Amino acid sequence: MTVTEASPALDVQKLTMDFGGLRALNGASLQVKEGDIVALIGPNGAGKTTFFNCITGLYRPTGGDIFISPPGGKKERISGLKVHDVTKRGLARTFQNIRLFSNMTVLENVMLGRHCRSSAGILGAVLRGPKTRREEKDIARRSYAILEKMGLADVVNLPAKNLPYGAQRRLEIARALATEPFLLLLDEPAAGMNPQETRELESLIRRIRDEEHISILLIEHDMKLVMSLCDRVTVLDYGQKIAEGTPREIRENPVVIKAYLGEDI
Amino acid sequence: MLKKAALTSLWFLFLTFPLLAIRVNTIEHLVEWRWKNMIYVGIGSFVLSLLWQYLLARQASARGPGEGGGSPMRSLYRRILDDRRVRYPLLAACGVFALAFPFLFPSYQTSILTTALLYIVLGLGLNIVVGLAGLLNLGYIAFAAVGAYAYALLNVHFGLGFWAALPIGALLAALFGILLGFPVLRLRGDYLAIVTLGFGEIIRLVLENWNDFSFGPSGISNIPRPGLLGVELNLQQATSYTYYLMIALCLLTILVVNRLQDSRIGRAWIALREDELACEAMGVDKTMAKLTAFALGATWAGMAGVVLAAKTTFINPASFTFLESAMILSIVVLGGMGSIPGVILGALLLMLLPEYLRVFQDYRMLLFGATMVLMMVFRPQGMVPAIRRSYQYRRDEP
Repeated sequence: MTVTEASPALDVQKLTMDFGGLRALNGASLQVKEGDIVALIGPNGAGKTTFFNCITGLYRPTGGDIFISPPGGKKERISGLKVHDVTKRGLARTFQNIRLFSNMTVLENVMLGRHCRSSAGILGAVLRGPKTRREEKDIARRSYAILEKMGLADVVNLPAKNLPYGAQRRLEIARALATEPFLLLLDEPAAGMNPQETRELESLIRRIRDEEHISILLIEHDMKLVMSLCDRVTVLDYGQKIAEGTPREIRENPVVIKAYLGEDI
Repeated sequence: MLKKAALTSLWFLFLTFPLLAIRVNTIEHLVEWRWKNMIYVGIGSFVLSLLWQYLLARQASARGPGEGGGSPMRSLYRRILDDRRVRYPLLAACGVFALAFPFLFPSYQTSILTTALLYIVLGLGLNIVVGLAGLLNLGYIAFAAVGAYAYALLNVHFGLGFWAALPIGALLAALFGILLGFPVLRLRGDYLAIVTLGFGEIIRLVLENWNDFSFGPSGISNIPRPGLLGVELNLQQATSYTYYLMIALCLLTILVVNRLQDSRIGRAWIALREDELACEAMGVDKTMAKLTAFALGATWAGMAGVVLAAKTTFINPASFTFLESAMILSIVVLGGMGSIPGVILGALLLMLLPEYLRVFQDYRMLLFGATMVLMMVFRPQGMVPAIRRSYQYRRDEP
């Protein structure tokens, strides 16, 4: 039944990325179906973040193709596009190390995410006509709505740097949501979180998928989270895909266990 | 603290001993020992060192609890400025004073103030590039040169007047801004600074050496002053007229820069300054944002250049040296990066003080340098730090 369905939201085919003589990615493929939560796991240095950077346009891949099919949209090749163009087409990401605009307020951080969905230009800004003002109000209103959903409504006017760590992570997700993505890429969202925060994150990600209808691709090291949250898991090692399947399949896959724990066990 | 101060003063005594204490009289083969000088140096350096340490300690304690807790002084004038009852009358008083200035003071003073206003416009323009977008530009005056030469040359060859040249100069400068912007898109920080420095020098050297085009180092003279609907103005009237023109241009700049920094584009610039990568990933076209910052910054310099040419009626490449760029950057940094009142205050201080401190002419640069060092140590955020008017959200907004 799945074969005849629409093409996957994200379809990465044989992605290769060379840095000089180093092959960071070697023909790695991956599909994210609409409405799926997919995890990308692998030992340190396996090329997971490089994979993300290629998809989001930060790197121009050496080889391979990346296609997206937004819900109700047409299939489109996005490899080689610029970062902001990729974002505009509906892919949004967070970063492994939090990269907020730390001196801007929480609300402004999210408002920036609306940049690619708004249009006021220099002339609009200078003249500040009714259209610009309406747009600006709309940006603020929508941004606030997102923050409300993320449980950050009472800190909207604080500088982002004053937020505790867990809230900063949530703010990064909120900022990404503001760009109205159909696919959200989360780079180690649970890094540095305590078990309680991780549980909250899990339900948050589920909620984003169910309520906003956003597919999710995430890199994560917390296996408990990966196993309970994800529909599919892809394992990367030395730039190559070594396994793919449901969490249960992956857990029992000898190749994966070898990659993580070494030869002798 | 005392011990440290004593050590400092000993060190100074040692350093200055050969220069200040010993004087060899080569004619009579005598060595004079000037112990009194040593005592002055010792006491002086001791006191200064104590003061220095006291100020440093005070700064550290003020910074300690809650980052940017702020000294009482800042909060004092912030409180005064935020009070509407004080703010509006103060602004009105400033406005009335500014309007009445040419009638109250001789035209020499008016002319000086016009120059200061010119630098306010230049400072605010550079503030877009440096303060908001965080792109260090050390060749900013080159854009003013573009504007000034645009007016001068168009006037010489085609007899174009001031009002026609003003938009042309601005556009041309914006074009040069984009021209400079393209190659430096990938650069940041130090590298960007060096390229912009080089750009500024290139413009100046071209103007200096391309005799057929720019009349070389001798410059262009007899540039007409701004016209007023064909009315003949005598020198004093022309000075006042230029002054009012400059006030208008200043107000326009303040309005535009203010609105820009509160807009969608201003937000993108600030985000670009904070984290380029994240900004890009959030869908901001980095290329466009940087180019608009460069172009808009250059536009104001171009306009200021046209007015400069019209005001002085003579321009040559020597008016557009690196020192001018450095001066404008100092205005921005000293006043407070990204802060409009800061830049205005910085421009007025840096332009007017040297004029009124002509008594200390020989020490002007020394004082200037010392002020810079002290400012950067004790108040790196500038005189009037930028308090960004962040978007304050109220729930009841529609």
